[in-house]
Amino acid sequence: MIELQNVHKAFGRNQVLKGIDIEVARGESLVVIGGSGTGKSVLIKCILGLVAPDAGRITVDGHDALTAERTAFLARFGMLFQGGALFDSLPVWQNVAFRLLQGRGKRPRDAARDTAIGKLRRVGLKPEVADLMPAELSGGMQKRVGLARAIADDPEIIFFDEPTAGLDPIMSGVINALIREIVDEMGATAITITHDMRSVREIAHKVAMLHGGVIRWHGPVDRIETSGDPYLDQFIHGRADGPIESVR
Amino acid sequence: MSAGAAGQQQQRRRQGSAALRALAALGRATRHLLAAIGHFSRYALLTLMHMLRGPFYLRELGAQLYAIGYLSLPVVGLTALFTGGALALQIYAGGVRFNAEAVVPSIVAIGMVRELGPVMAGLMVAARVASSIAAEIGTMKVTEQLDALVTLSTDPMKYLTVPRVAAATLAVPVLVGVGDAIGIFGGYMVGITRLGFSEVAYLRNTVDFLEFWDVASGLVKGAAFGFIVALTGCYCGMQSGRGAQGVGRATKTAVVASAVMILAANYLLTELFFSA
Ligand SMILES: Nc1ncnc2c1ncn2[C@@H]1O[C@H](COP(=O)(O)OP(=O)(O)OP(=O)(O)O)[C@@H](O)[C@H]1O
Ligand SMILES: [Mg+2]
Repeated sequence: MIELQNVHKAFGRNQVLKGIDIEVARGESLVVIGGSGTGKSVLIKCILGLVAPDAGRITVDGHDALTAERTAFLARFGMLFQGGALFDSLPVWQNVAFRLLQGRGKRPRDAARDTAIGKLRRVGLKPEVADLMPAELSGGMQKRVGLARAIADDPEIIFFDEPTAGLDPIMSGVINALIREIVDEMGATAITITHDMRSVREIAHKVAMLHGGVIRWHGPVDRIETSGDPYLDQFIHGRADGPIESVR
Repeated sequence: MSAGAAGQQQQRRRQGSAALRALAALGRATRHLLAAIGHFSRYALLTLMHMLRGPFYLRELGAQLYAIGYLSLPVVGLTALFTGGALALQIYAGGVRFNAEAVVPSIVAIGMVRELGPVMAGLMVAARVASSIAAEIGTMKVTEQLDALVTLSTDPMKYLTVPRVAAATLAVPVLVGVGDAIGIFGGYMVGITRLGFSEVAYLRNTVDFLEFWDVASGLVKGAAFGFIVALTGCYCGMQSGRGAQGVGRATKTAVVASAVMILAANYLLTELFFSA
């Protein structure tokens, strides 16, 4: 279980998170929505310990994100970064198999390559892509390679930062189905950030809306239409007028 | 008090506060510099500690030996060739003034292996390698690749810094050795074609006066310079600000800082090795 208590984070004078409280149960798929720049990416980086919160406490199954033994702690996670964050000095398959090629659970190169090609197929990429360099791929393909890397080692907890941004509708559907499958079949815990309401409906068990540095609304996905929260209503229907200012 | 005296007093006060402001700015700059030196020293120590403890990324080390060592050979060789040639001309011009033209070969050799070989190689590597390391790591930071490394349970210190610093520390002495030989050859070519030396006399003079420690000290300097260059490149890259501008600034700082540090270290090492 992932538990955040009163998490604060500021960059200089920019107060981004102002007291986040949320729990994510094991095997749950949480989708985080919220306006651009509200701190969604910062939130998941805090959970991974990539960004140190100024105040508050983050635990994963009781282990503190900042003081836990880092290698063991991180070994449980997979992460798709918003920008892909592929290593541009390595070919695609070595990116996907990166974790399999190093460290404790190191595997032979052939086996790692086979696994990588299998994961690439799951995100809709042909085996030929495996030997290309990341710079030779389109933006959407890079995103999917990032996704394949996030799930390469079958992690228990997976974070997806905008997995379908920049993908065509068909590919978005494939990715949504994949994420749901990983959660349902492998029992993984997932936190997905997205702006795509279709993804929200297809991926989420629960939805959390981040606004003004706090969790504005948190509840099961089938209640988002009837929440009665003006912020959430405005957001999911994409209305220009409402309590959320359009210039932020 | 007359109006004039009051005006003078006010002016004096204004000058006083300007001086204070300048002093404060100087103090601030000094404090920043000291903080940076502190950070950098800590980073150097951390790097050394990580060098002693695995995991070691030998594949990365190999790639860096190739990139830093092998690919720097042409530029180091060319600069050494021209420097050796110019050195021969200058020493000849000086030597003629007191009938000491015969010292050209040995002074070229000693000057090359003790001083110019390591310094020129160090500076060329600073230009070529410190910049590319800082730009590469800076871009990795800006595009979240460093974060991605960490989430894949890989320590950027071990995966990026250690292989680069180790490779440069090993490769630059080799570059210095090659540069020494090419520089001496440059002097030799100028000596026999332009200054009227005979081949045999030039070579004999070169070999007879060169001592082991002359060469070895230059190689040790090379190792120190390689360490400085790669470390500065990695440090500046990891400290890089956000965006293309941040990476640009990191790259510039890496080149300037490593060049200055090389020259300072060169003086200190020369003092250490050769002061009477
Ligand atoms: N390393 C950093 N240094 C300074 N400010 C940062 C840093 N990372 C994020 N921020 C700031 O924190 C705020 C939230 O950023 P974040 O990337 O979390 O937004 P987001 O909710 O993911 O937005 P989007 O939907 O556009 O991706 C922004 O104002 C951003 O400028
Ligand atoms: Mg984001």
